[in-house]
Amino acid sequence: MTYEASTIAVVFFFVFVGITLGLSFYLGGKAKSSEGYFAAHGQIPWFVNGIAFAGDYLSAASFLGICGMIAFYGYDGFLYSIGYLAGWIVALFVIAEPMKRLGKFTFADALDATFQSRGIKLAAGISTLVVSVFYLIPQMVGAGVLVQPLLGFEHWVGVVIVGVTVILIVVTAGMVSTTWVQFIKGTLLVVFSAILTVMILIRGFEVADKTADMEFHDSLSLPDSGKVEDAQWGTELGAVGFYLTEAPSSVIAEGDHWYVGFTEANSKLNHFWRVDPLEGETGQVRLSPALLIVETSDGEKLLNGQPIGPDAGDQTLAPVGRVLELPGNKKETGPLGPVEFLKTLQNSKVETWRSENIEDPAHGTTKAYYARETLGSSVLLPGEHPRFKGIRGDDPLAKLNFLSLMLALFCGTASLPHILIRYYTVKDAAAARKSTIVGIACIGFFYVLTLYMGLGAMTSGSMDVTNSNMAAPLLAFSMNEWLFAAISAIAFTTVLGTVSGLILASAGAVTHDLLTSGFGMKLNDGEKVRVAKFASVVVGAIAIVLGIVFRELNVSYLVGWAFSVAASANLPSLVMLLFWKGTTKQGIIVAIVVGMVSSLGWILLSADTFEKVYGLSGSDALVPFSQPGIVTIPLGFVTLIVVSLMTRQKGS
Amino acid sequence: MQARNARIGFTLFGIYLLLYGGFVLLNAFAPETMEATPIEGVNLAIIYGFGLIVAALVLALIYGFVCKSGDEPGDGKEAGQ
Repeated sequence: MTYEASTIAVVFFFVFVGITLGLSFYLGGKAKSSEGYFAAHGQIPWFVNGIAFAGDYLSAASFLGICGMIAFYGYDGFLYSIGYLAGWIVALFVIAEPMKRLGKFTFADALDATFQSRGIKLAAGISTLVVSVFYLIPQMVGAGVLVQPLLGFEHWVGVVIVGVTVILIVVTAGMVSTTWVQFIKGTLLVVFSAILTVMILIRGFEVADKTADMEFHDSLSLPDSGKVEDAQWGTELGAVGFYLTEAPSSVIAEGDHWYVGFTEANSKLNHFWRVDPLEGETGQVRLSPALLIVETSDGEKLLNGQPIGPDAGDQTLAPVGRVLELPGNKKETGPLGPVEFLKTLQNSKVETWRSENIEDPAHGTTKAYYARETLGSSVLLPGEHPRFKGIRGDDPLAKLNFLSLMLALFCGTASLPHILIRYYTVKDAAAARKSTIVGIACIGFFYVLTLYMGLGAMTSGSMDVTNSNMAAPLLAFSMNEWLFAAISAIAFTTVLGTVSGLILASAGAVTHDLLTSGFGMKLNDGEKVRVAKFASVVVGAIAIVLGIVFRELNVSYLVGWAFSVAASANLPSLVMLLFWKGTTKQGIIVAIVVGMVSSLGWILLSADTFEKVYGLSGSDALVPFSQPGIVTIPLGFVTLIVVSLMTRQKGS
Repeated sequence: MQARNARIGFTLFGIYLLLYGGFVLLNAFAPETMEATPIEGVNLAIIYGFGLIVAALVLALIYGFVCKSGDEPGDGKEAGQ
């Protein structure tokens, strides 16, 4: 879509960043020792810490990614909400209190408390770094994605702004200020999401007016040859709309379907439809609105073969996401209750958009977006998203892939280093427990709202078909500009907050686990803080670079990586150490390394990565399904038990 | 007291694991059951999904209340070690 920078959004953004930084400078004055820098003196009130948990956890991926996924695919995005929240149950009931009793600063400290082993510190430190960096990439990518439309800057500018701001926050104050930043952000995020949800319910649903080029056409007859290329438009296939009475300006065959373009007589603008054979009816086809987008070698974006721009004669990318039919053929519903909202959608028909890469003879590889008439009852069930499609079919591998993802989400939360360090910022186990409960309440409430925000966005008529991450901000924009400004600014601080927590976790890992314990460097308190700040700058710089390099990658896809690696590398050692007396240090070291390497390896060899990262065919992938968790998490446990048993026998 | 908390934690964890496991397995192997609309025309997928979120909170609160009594001093000492 073409975005114009909004003055209100710009002002809001800088006010937010200003307040955040000011607060961090103010509170930073209070934290001088390393205890204060990494663990906020253990003095953060449990309620504040609980909301900060939510602030840490509800990252750009949660807010932008989940809302976007629900807006485009319905219920499937909500599966992430459910899985992310379920992970907290593992954290609260199994990990929270023993962790708090064991540890000092980092996840590695907790693992190492019983063994004092350099190897454990090294292994745990490296796994913390790997997970944090993986989790950082999507946040930085998210920052860039946001800044482009909101402030009118380039992607890399957004990444640099967020990177530099976060480095400043972390370097000036450490854990005290990041906790308060997270608290403020967590509060604002939940409050504004609630406001947005109420506005969605008040607005209800409305059947959108259709323009001629956004019409669906059912049951048209193909010529005898069965090819669209041979069709006589206006007679056999035509007379169904303004454009379709003319001869098409281009016909692109792609597999069993076609894309046909028509040039409007007056404006000379091109319009495309996708032509699909109707299932079970030979010779019959249906036409659905389509948009063909391609970037030329000199960086210009073309829509339907013509430049996108504000000038007359340029194409504009229209916002999408409409209700096509309401129950009882009503035109609009008026305000709806939360249950009524879901019930109404269940019985409606909506427009959803899908995409594929096609070969356009004129422009090469082109991204084709096409609309689908979709039943409301279908978007409210799992299985619309390509990644989840398998669960509606019979392929056991696809089902295994789904189980694997749900397992990784369940186990990943309790193993994320930046969540784990938050257990050290309160004074005792009881406070850790209470803040987790507050966190669960806050996060759970937010995740209920994500469903409404996502579905609200789906039917708002304001989506950018090329960028699902923008669903929540654009939904707010369809309400009013102030709300849009507020939501965007909060999304920014969301990125800021999560990134600072991650950088702090990485800095702690480098200073404590790698340098001091792993390589035996002797550092006094002041040096530790200095080294950590230096490490923050380095990790921050790496994050900026990665955020720019990986800008094409899907945000939630990267988060899935982080969860799988965290769960495979960290969870087995954490759980076994806490609950099995037979655990040995060799067992822990080998389990971390095996879990980390196997899950990373699996991801790098999977069909998803082949297609999205290397640009190869997914069928060449070397592992049977994409999500590693269901194999590599048990593998970590088995490794730990086997190695522990072997090394224990030797010892005795 | 720690052992007691851990026992309660595991019991509640077990309950949630059953609920979550049931949800995931139903979705994977009997997705058609999720289409049913038992209450107010809202389908089972949504009811179960919301139910999981509410259950997480309810179990967390139960845990908070049950663990509350008498463990504060011990924990304080532990944390101070």
